[in-house]
Amino acid sequence: MDFNLPEELVRMKETIREFVENEVEPHAMQIEEEDRVPDEILEKSKELGLFGLSIPEEYGGMGLSMLGKCAIFEELGKTINGYTTIIGAHNGIGSVGIVQFGTEEQKQRYLPKMATGEWIGAFALTEPQAGSNAAAIKTTAVKKGDRYILNGQKIYITNAPYAHVFTVMAVTDPSKGPKGITSFIVERDFKGFHVGSIEKKMGLHGSHTAQLYFEDMEVPEENVLGQEGEGYVNALKILANGRAGLAARCLGSCQYLLDRSVRYALERVQFGKPIFEQQIIQHYLAEMALEVETLRWMTYRVAWMTDQGMNVIKEAAMLKLYGSEVYNRVADKAVQIHGGIGYIADYPIERFYRDARITRIYEGTSEIQKNIIAAQLKKEYTR
Amino acid sequence: MNILVCLKQTFDTEERIVVENGKVKEDGVKFVINPYDEYAVEEAIRLKEQFGGEVTVVSVGPSRAEEALRTALAMGADEAILADDPALFGDEYTVAKVLAAIARQKNYDIIIAGNQAVDDGSGQVAVRLAEELGIPHISTLTKLVVEGNQVTGHRDAEGDEEIVTATLPVLVTAQQGLNDPRYPSLIGIRKASKKPLAHVTLADLGLSEEDIRPRTEIVDTFLPKPKEAGRILQGELQDQVKELVQALIQVEKVVG
Repeated sequence: MDFNLPEELVRMKETIREFVENEVEPHAMQIEEEDRVPDEILEKSKELGLFGLSIPEEYGGMGLSMLGKCAIFEELGKTINGYTTIIGAHNGIGSVGIVQFGTEEQKQRYLPKMATGEWIGAFALTEPQAGSNAAAIKTTAVKKGDRYILNGQKIYITNAPYAHVFTVMAVTDPSKGPKGITSFIVERDFKGFHVGSIEKKMGLHGSHTAQLYFEDMEVPEENVLGQEGEGYVNALKILANGRAGLAARCLGSCQYLLDRSVRYALERVQFGKPIFEQQIIQHYLAEMALEVETLRWMTYRVAWMTDQGMNVIKEAAMLKLYGSEVYNRVADKAVQIHGGIGYIADYPIERFYRDARITRIYEGTSEIQKNIIAAQLKKEYTR
Repeated sequence: MNILVCLKQTFDTEERIVVENGKVKEDGVKFVINPYDEYAVEEAIRLKEQFGGEVTVVSVGPSRAEEALRTALAMGADEAILADDPALFGDEYTVAKVLAAIARQKNYDIIIAGNQAVDDGSGQVAVRLAEELGIPHISTLTKLVVEGNQVTGHRDAEGDEEIVTATLPVLVTAQQGLNDPRYPSLIGIRKASKKPLAHVTLADLGLSEEDIRPRTEIVDTFLPKPKEAGRILQGELQDQVKELVQALIQVEKVVG
């Protein structure tokens, strides 16, 4: 059993750590206030190759394993989560559909430009009436000659305001339920495609989320992603693939909060001694450290299992659930240890506290992850 | 245009220095490319991007320095040479001799090095190398322009700027402000592991131990005295001045 990352990944991780520390984190407050990541930071991120992590090398990407992607995502999690989300959503749910289910022609057309970050990717499943109950989507796709006509609305679409390529799920056969859903690759400049205004969010500032509207939008038939009728299953697979990466981002944020909290506890003097000397603070920190450590090994193990081609439906759901819940608990303790300054917006802790909250909701709520875990357990025990 | 970059792997500038048994402890220390040499690597890659050619990075040092060379390769250098034979280690005189032997193996148009290393800070090696090779050098550059055979270097000169010209081949050294070194890209890191990195020995370079024998000797290594609390002079101003002058002459021995 070897717990070491391969040499190449160690170097990549190190470089991204330095980049995040020196080029992104110093601008975090500005990003938070302006709700916008400066173009310069995005350009530098693209030059580093951060937009092509999961895209195979033959299409201009890095073709990283899940282990590699998680190692990089851990580092990206150590700064403002809005920035992390732009890159995470693009490399995860925004592009893995095309990587996994795309035809050669689709890969040739989309992946090279997505690998450089020229085209940003987004994933569009959720609708006003179809959140956790994703199979209830209403967007329709009607075949007409060599094209499909899409009508409907999508909501909470991360990266929508600047994405060019969307993986969109729509109903092609309403009589078949989930098996009547098909995925499509939609480009921003397709006729009838509209992006709504940017949503104001509790956190994740810098990452933008908006609604999509399709009005008799024409999608050429060669843009069907995967087989007709397999859109729902594909969507679930894309989401499952994203779970380890999301947990890795939570891991990075947790590590950051733990680092800040230990240092603060050692420096902050109350009652004549550093608060670290109070047993209650020691216990808080010990609990945080234990959960971060548990999350780390869970993340890398699920990533490794994924790379071995093993079935990780249960483990990935456990990891996403655990990662997001741990992030929330760690953020809460970090605020408590910091006291007043943990609540002040001039200091980063409260920002992580707000950013943490969404991880229990997006890409499958904590409750849905429990459903998945239970369903897998039932399968295992009733075979 | 063929460019040679001399680099040294040094302690990360944020590392704490611990001296034990007359030596600086290296356990658990993070090593980086000497920051001044990083400017040199960046400048070399920019010249290559402008004029074509190849960038070779060279280091004299222990095998751990391979990591620094790999970083330079990941930034965009083409090949690396590591003189990690302990027989090649010595002082500034030694290193300049070794580098000269390596530099003579190929026709380099420009040799770029950092203005000094942040560890021992002697600032001698590059300039000695130019002397060894009999080529001109311009040191501590904040701007470098190459046009045809003409090289123009801008350097800080006591708050003013000095502009020095020379012709190729030339050796220049980099000062802070010359450029903003790039981060190695992820693909650069992957490619770096496949780029050539040659290890050279005393024999490979056709040198004898006597040729490169150090001309200096390190007698002792110690940390500066820890800073003690200051003393605030009190009393009449006249008396304070007298006391200060006395202290400067007798206690600190900075005057007289």
